[in-house]
Amino acid sequence: MTTDANPSVPSQGVDAALLVLLRARTFIALIAVFVFFSLMAPNFLSGANMVILAKHVALNAILAIGMTFVIITGGIDLSVGSIVGLCGMVAGWLMLNGVDLGIGYTLWFNTFEIILIALLVGVLVGAVNGLLITRLNVAPFIATLGTLYVARGLALLSSGGGTFANLRGSAEFGTTGFPAIGAGTFLGITNPIWIMIVLALAAAYLAARTPLGRYIYAVGGNERSAALSGVKVNRVKMFVYMFSGFCAAIVGLIITSQLVAAHPATGETFELNAIAAAVLGGTSMSGGRGRIAGTIIGAFVIGILADGLVMMGVSSFWQTVIKGLVIIAAVVVDQAQQRLQANVALRQQAALGR
Amino acid sequence: MTAAADAHPVGLSIRGAVKVYPGTRALDDVDFDVRLGAVNVLVGENGAGKSTLMKVIAGVEQLTAGEILMEGAPVRFAGTRDAAAHGVGIVFQELNLFPNLSVAENIFIGREHTRAGVDIDARRQRAEAQALMRRLEHDISPDTLVGELRIGEQQIVEIAKALAQDARILILDEPTSALSAAEVEILFRVIADLRRRGVGVVYISHRLEELIRIGDWITVLRDGRITGSRSMAGVDVPWIVHNMIGAASRDYARAADGAPGAEVFRAEGVTLPRRGGGRAVDEVSLSVRAGEIVGVYGLMGAGRTEFLECVMAQHPHATGRFFLDGAPLVARDVAGRIARGVALIPEDRKSLGTIQIMSVRENMSIASLGDFTRLFHLDLAAEAARVRDFVRELTIKVASPESPISALSGGNQQKVVIGKALMTRPKILLMDEPSRGIDVGAKAEVFRTMRRLAAEGLGILFVTSDLDEVMSLSDRILVMSNGRITGEFDAASADEAAVVAASSVGHAPAHAPESHP
Repeated sequence: MTTDANPSVPSQGVDAALLVLLRARTFIALIAVFVFFSLMAPNFLSGANMVILAKHVALNAILAIGMTFVIITGGIDLSVGSIVGLCGMVAGWLMLNGVDLGIGYTLWFNTFEIILIALLVGVLVGAVNGLLITRLNVAPFIATLGTLYVARGLALLSSGGGTFANLRGSAEFGTTGFPAIGAGTFLGITNPIWIMIVLALAAAYLAARTPLGRYIYAVGGNERSAALSGVKVNRVKMFVYMFSGFCAAIVGLIITSQLVAAHPATGETFELNAIAAAVLGGTSMSGGRGRIAGTIIGAFVIGILADGLVMMGVSSFWQTVIKGLVIIAAVVVDQAQQRLQANVALRQQAALGR
Repeated sequence: MTAAADAHPVGLSIRGAVKVYPGTRALDDVDFDVRLGAVNVLVGENGAGKSTLMKVIAGVEQLTAGEILMEGAPVRFAGTRDAAAHGVGIVFQELNLFPNLSVAENIFIGREHTRAGVDIDARRQRAEAQALMRRLEHDISPDTLVGELRIGEQQIVEIAKALAQDARILILDEPTSALSAAEVEILFRVIADLRRRGVGVVYISHRLEELIRIGDWITVLRDGRITGSRSMAGVDVPWIVHNMIGAASRDYARAADGAPGAEVFRAEGVTLPRRGGGRAVDEVSLSVRAGEIVGVYGLMGAGRTEFLECVMAQHPHATGRFFLDGAPLVARDVAGRIARGVALIPEDRKSLGTIQIMSVRENMSIASLGDFTRLFHLDLAAEAARVRDFVRELTIKVASPESPISALSGGNQQKVVIGKALMTRPKILLMDEPSRGIDVGAKAEVFRTMRRLAAEGLGILFVTSDLDEVMSLSDRILVMSNGRITGEFDAASADEAAVVAASSVGHAPAHAPESHP
């Protein structure tokens, strides 16, 4: 968030300083919770705890990256939690049962193929969201609420509500590598954290340095104006929902791999945490505004808050209350920033003599 | 003169009215009388201050300086309710109806007849609405949803709403713009009836012959000042036009005329059906040559905006053909048409022309990002450099290209939108009311820019309802009315009265051998 402080803005005293502070608020909040728990919770700063923390954060952060793009276009994706569950079940099914072709022959897939298929399922659910929203003009809230139920229902149906357990894989089908997705390490850091870093960098690049990224912001800023400027609004919307589904599928795979089991209820209410991370990071629910860096920091604030409170022995009920208050405070401060920012811009313009 | 004044007592007067908006003086020392039992017509170009004056009388806006007098005593209208309590009713140009509510509910919105303040007396409302409709000679059921009515019928409902308040002073802001000839006749009968009952009607319209026909008193506004005010006796169209646009027409820097080049754009038989029947655009064919500025003059609802939208692929149901440089324009989407060299500057800058929360740079380059993209990588430095060039060339006053566009004045925002259009390297530039909502200085700059672009070989097709603008800026003038082209004039020889007459073909009863429902 600090990076977007505009270096070309001449310092205009208190307001400018305040604006920099407000822009960096999520980052300041991150440092504040970090320092607070370092002092209050023993072992908070230990290496082991940091790794656990980052692992917890990574899952929510990955979902929140996809969610951020959706929210920037002025939409919402409630289905991501269900996609997490569904894609986990798809992976579990493929490992345990394969695909029975009905001719006395069962098709088995290796780890790589299973990953591809699960990701494809996630993207497909996202595509269904996108088609409902762009072609059938269903409001994003309703369309994704619908797919939330459908995807969850399908996940439950796939196993009759049961768990696909013991997904350690078999050498025969080339699936022994499956547990490594979530548990493996690279340069001493677990894979989910790497995946989060790669996705975050790719998404930040997309947002800032590609036409598609610019169009995502334009669609959220003013859809009709963007359309009149030649932006293919429907394609942009299709992309964000498919990308969100893709991110959710990754999380589904990671969780299934970490647990070595797929449970159909996995991912319930994950969408709410993802939305919270995006909003905390400065993404505006009315569209057109938001940053990947902010979202990642938002995810860390939520994660640190949750883990730190647990370590301090605060009851989980209180944790929920505190999380809610933090989110509301974030939006209130965001409003203040928008007002101040508009004032500063107007004053700069007035200084020019209109 | 005095006899007429005695017959029409003054019901409301405004003295020394000044209304200042940030950057503009909409009203400048205006005196205005509303006479009871008479039709007081108010005429002036767009932006002359008519609507502002009416909003002041209706309590929507408050004066910066000056006072409103009723029966000799100053009154203050803090809101429309205050004005309504003093017997002032208004029918706005833009309809203020709820499409999802019934006719009766709309008429009594905010003033529902209730039993014990809670339960709405729907039966009584329905009966009264029915009576009003009968008085307006319309067979509209009070239970019909307003959204299902044609625009003309909606206007009738709006008028009924004002009548229901028993207004002593009734303001009608361009009430006939959406009415058919037959409906206009009915409206005029209603106005005559109101007048007999002693109601002071304030009537605003661009259709000058209409004004002369029904008006008793006329007031002409120009640039926020009164330029003429008298009894209607002896008033003719040339007198009105003279007072509307002044003796010396403002000069918008007509460049040394080179002969226009080859045809760049042609439309053939463009037709767009209107919702609820009829045609919004009716068999329009026209062409624009390189270096030529073609002005399309017409009143609100003449189909000018819809025509431009058809060119920009906004109406999939439209029929007809377009040609660019002689080759047919077949692209079905906006991006395809922009790529072929069509650029549109929409009328509604805020909701169609700009993305208010984005920066000047992002707004300007949004339609031409492909120019700065290699594969998928956006070259931000090249983009910024190009935007800087255009900011300088168009003399846009902005602290930094990174400032949000919402911080700019209307004129500078318009220049950004023009820059956005130019960055797509258009061959034909479509401009819908390019001077709307910008101050006089910026207007002149925008017009100079248009001249310069035309001199560089761009074809420009612009739409305006400002007579002065179309007369002084165009090389060729087309007039549209009721979706059709009803006149074509060479700028050098065009006669203002003839242009105005062409713009009301199919509207004013005197000129309407056929009606277009």
